[in-house]
Amino acid sequence: MIVAEQKSLPDLKRMMKGKKKVLAVGCGTCVSVCFAGGQKETRGLAKALQTAAAVDGDELVVEEKTVQRQCVQEFIEPLADDLGEYDAVLSLGCGVGVQTMAERYPTTRVLPGLDTNFMGQPTEPGVWEERCVGCGNCVLEYTGGLCPITRCPKQLMNGPCGGAEDGMCEVDTSVPCIWTKIWNNSENLNLMDMLMEVQPPKDWSTSRGGGMRRTVVRDDLHQPFAIGKATTAEVEAAKAAEGSADDGVAATVAADPDASAREDAFLKDLGLA
Amino acid sequence: MSGQAQAKDDAPTAPRWKSGSNLERVLAEGHFAVTGELGPPKSMNTDLVRKKISQLKGFVDAANITDNQTGIVRLSSIGTGIILEQEGLEAVIQMTCRDRNRLAIQSDLMGANIHGIKNVLCLSGDHQSFGNHPGAKNVHDVDSMQLIRMVQEMRDLNKFQGGEEIKGGGPRMFIGTAASPFSSPIPMRPYRLAKKVAAGADFAQTQMVFDMDGFKEYMKKVVDLGLHEKIAILAGVGPLKSPPMARFLHEQIPGIIVPEENIKRIEDAGKGIDSDDKKALAEAYRAEGIKLCIEQIQEIREIEGVAGVHIMAILWEAAIEPIVKGAGLYPRPEPAPLDDDAAEDA
Repeated sequence: MIVAEQKSLPDLKRMMKGKKKVLAVGCGTCVSVCFAGGQKETRGLAKALQTAAAVDGDELVVEEKTVQRQCVQEFIEPLADDLGEYDAVLSLGCGVGVQTMAERYPTTRVLPGLDTNFMGQPTEPGVWEERCVGCGNCVLEYTGGLCPITRCPKQLMNGPCGGAEDGMCEVDTSVPCIWTKIWNNSENLNLMDMLMEVQPPKDWSTSRGGGMRRTVVRDDLHQPFAIGKATTAEVEAAKAAEGSADDGVAATVAADPDASAREDAFLKDLGLA
Repeated sequence: MSGQAQAKDDAPTAPRWKSGSNLERVLAEGHFAVTGELGPPKSMNTDLVRKKISQLKGFVDAANITDNQTGIVRLSSIGTGIILEQEGLEAVIQMTCRDRNRLAIQSDLMGANIHGIKNVLCLSGDHQSFGNHPGAKNVHDVDSMQLIRMVQEMRDLNKFQGGEEIKGGGPRMFIGTAASPFSSPIPMRPYRLAKKVAAGADFAQTQMVFDMDGFKEYMKKVVDLGLHEKIAILAGVGPLKSPPMARFLHEQIPGIIVPEENIKRIEDAGKGIDSDDKKALAEAYRAEGIKLCIEQIQEIREIEGVAGVHIMAILWEAAIEPIVKGAGLYPRPEPAPLDDDAAEDA
């Protein structure tokens, strides 16, 4: 899950400055589980901001709503009708949720209420720990299911550095050295031989070095004007241009004017045309 | 280490020397090697560098130049190393994976080599959170193991990490690695050294060793694995400056164990001296620290598989001379010059 925490009150107050009416939008998925931006937190924060503004003598109304999944456009669609009333939206979604709001409602000022921290898991009551950096090139096969790319501060791939003592990491002595854990469990998993192999430099092109990543998971479902690719207004315009307002799929496919030219070129490359 | 100089069977055209560095030749001739350490200043004060050079030159076969150690920005290792070469003290540049990606590392290694630098110590690098730019983004594009392999392939296969040929040949570096016998997980440490040998390391310098029994145990395993025949192991030593310094090393630096008896010995050296006479106390502690270091070198010399010592006199370069002389390691050997080898090869 995605783990986040609320920004500090001074930061949030600064963002509210000069605004009279704001809609705080919570999210019922990951950030709800980590008590950062669910319905309860959103309600609490709306009240706190209003109170803080009143204390400062500012006029501010903060209303709140929580959607089930702020990172998917269908779930924030119902907000469309009312957004005109507000000076800004304070999103209590993760960074994905904030951007989904901002992309869907480009004329609305969308502000982040949370700092998005990492992908992780709860490890004890009230504690979440990072488990995956999303490098796009998983190494867990070689390391017994424990990720050194995420859990070693130096992202070492071939064993521990000299900075581990009594099994703990020198960078944060409350955190175990993940390579010590990997080694200690390697006998159980019969991984010793694999750990002795020199792992070559990692291909980081699937990680952040390559810029924003994009995945087409299901080619058969992928349409150029699918939700997430274009605003509803653009989709509507495309539909209108095709004169077919009720068949979204047909309309969006036909709306790509370069598609047939691309297909011709593709077939030509293959020697089929 | 005489095997180092022999050409491999499968590579009959391989040059006689990997790098031709003084350190490589001292080890190849079977001498007990001595390396030291020179920390560049947090400035461009080359007078300071030259002063430290004068304290090391003649007493060590080569000196490590640290690379922004403990994550603190300093004069560059390569820039400082060039001064060493000009002044006739051989440099071992330290190269960390913290500050450079594979492009910068390869580029810098070639740049260093054209200026006469022939030794490199491949390190992960101290974490930036310990230094003076804790908000910096670290790189770690490659790790120290991959760095060793990369330098070895540049040298022996004349190829960049990306696979392209290095026209005219790659940088000819004698490849060093660090070894930390007392870091977690301790049973893994000899195997980690084995992996570094497999990756292509030529010499290893260990973290400072004070716990002789523990080090002997480590070396026994290393010898059992036959590693001492494939890599020159230089045991790390260092003079204890004072009881607080000894305790700091023991308590704060992972991988350094200073036995209580060592700390007590330094403490006892101050007995009978007026506690207000700071100067006399410091002198007594330092003299005992040097004496202990000499004894430890002598003990280490008897351990099978140890090819030399790496003396880390942190911010105390003046200690090198008395230690090297006291341990009977002075004068340093002068290996046969490279020119003769060239004539021999021709």
